[in-house]
Amino acid sequence: MRSFTYERATSPQQAAAIVAERKGAKFLAGGTNLLDLMKLEIETPTHLVDVQDLDLDMIEETAEGGLRIGALVSNTALSADPRVMRDYAVLSRAVQAGASGQLRNKATTGGNLLQRTRCPYFYDTNMPCNKRSPGSGCAASAGYSRQLGVVGISEDCIATYPGDMAVALAVLDAVVETIRPDGTSRSIPLGDFHLLWGDTPDKETVLEHGELITGVVLPKPPGGQHYYHKVRDRASYAFALVSVAAVLQPDGTGRVAFGGVAPRPWRKDEADAALTQGAKAVVEQAFAGSATRDDNKYKIALAERTLAGILAEARS
Amino acid sequence: MSDWNLSVTRRGLLTSSAAVLSIAPAIRARAASQSSAGATTLPVTFEVNGQERMLRLDPRTTLLDALREHLKLTGTKKGCDHGQCGACTVIVNGERINSCLSLAVQHAGDQVTTIEGLGTPDDLHPLQEAFIEHDGYQCGYCTPGQICSAVAMLGEIERGIPSHVTGDLSKAVSATNMEVRERMSGNICRCGAYSNIAAAIADVAEG
Repeated sequence: MRSFTYERATSPQQAAAIVAERKGAKFLAGGTNLLDLMKLEIETPTHLVDVQDLDLDMIEETAEGGLRIGALVSNTALSADPRVMRDYAVLSRAVQAGASGQLRNKATTGGNLLQRTRCPYFYDTNMPCNKRSPGSGCAASAGYSRQLGVVGISEDCIATYPGDMAVALAVLDAVVETIRPDGTSRSIPLGDFHLLWGDTPDKETVLEHGELITGVVLPKPPGGQHYYHKVRDRASYAFALVSVAAVLQPDGTGRVAFGGVAPRPWRKDEADAALTQGAKAVVEQAFAGSATRDDNKYKIALAERTLAGILAEARS
Repeated sequence: MSDWNLSVTRRGLLTSSAAVLSIAPAIRARAASQSSAGATTLPVTFEVNGQERMLRLDPRTTLLDALREHLKLTGTKKGCDHGQCGACTVIVNGERINSCLSLAVQHAGDQVTTIEGLGTPDDLHPLQEAFIEHDGYQCGYCTPGQICSAVAMLGEIERGIPSHVTGDLSKAVSATNMEVRERMSGNICRCGAYSNIAAAIADVAEG
């Protein structure tokens, strides 16, 4: 690990200002992804600003009838919150499907949104990777792509956003709240938060340097039946090959998002609109324009079958 | 490491009762808020197995390395060092975490419990006893992490925290075999002693 200096921030704005003034500075929350990447020297921050003392670990009800989840709420606390379990079960289920008990205790809501891809070529520093080392090429595009992206990807990068929590946040129309170094805040719809790779795969979110996530707001409960089905190589503690988050209403309408297939939680209005026509119609809409490889074309069939399983369960 | 000889001082700290300090919360808070800007090491004070410990550490030092290399508490094991195997699991403020994926400086003021703090050879923790009774290991390398993880995991079930295999989120959870196996998935045993580990945990869960 490269050496760095460390300090603890005392307010969100102060944290943002410290990071903004240093090019190599980064926020540190739970650290479960950042430290892993620092050990591999994929992340090489020169200064860490620990945000754990900031008062951002509460889940509060909003005036609009929703919930505001503080950026430092742990995955465990989020998934076990009685209001989340009752009104946003898809979120509780998605968080439970991710990582291990130990990691969920330390991983935070804000940090989880910023989790970096698990593309094996990104992790292997001997390989070219446009995300890790811009302009070096993409070893994955002609390599083993079984785990990698099938839609929303680019010539320069075929990695996926790996997380589960954000897939549920996408169907819940969540909004990410941030504070900038000048003290102004902004609200970013979850669907706009993660960028498609394009020709700058090193740029993963719309956050500016020094902009700190302070929380995630859930609109009022959507009702309906909530599902998060995750398909992976092991029964537990593995990243999704494909995951499906769905909120379904009694009349068959609803919302659906897919994980493990794209640079961001993958949700399309046209796919939501096709829900009453069945899984095949939804997947045709959601995966229009996909770019599969021999190793990963199974993901589209798997997405359809996983959704079909959910729709069958909802009918039963 | 400047002219501050960490290794000598560490041993000095360990062999003297000065390592066991009663430090007021105010001092803890001050240590926590100090910045390492311009310094190679930072003071860190936390409680390990009921004793206050004060160290000066390179900020890169993980909690795992602080425990093993600086405090010589070698019960906690380094397996993968990337949060994948669970051998480094310790209990911090009542919650299990991977000590390899946490910087020691993040834990100023925290209460850390390692396998050494759960029981001793003469006074075993019920889970340590159950692991012996059920032969919940072969080589034993993952065992301290398994036991720390299991102790905290049973606490999570008691607190009603659901898991991926919990059927109904509105009902109480219990330590069924399926629940225990899912919740222990962050602890890998390369010898494959899982059945006996599950039996040992079930024994304690049933009381």
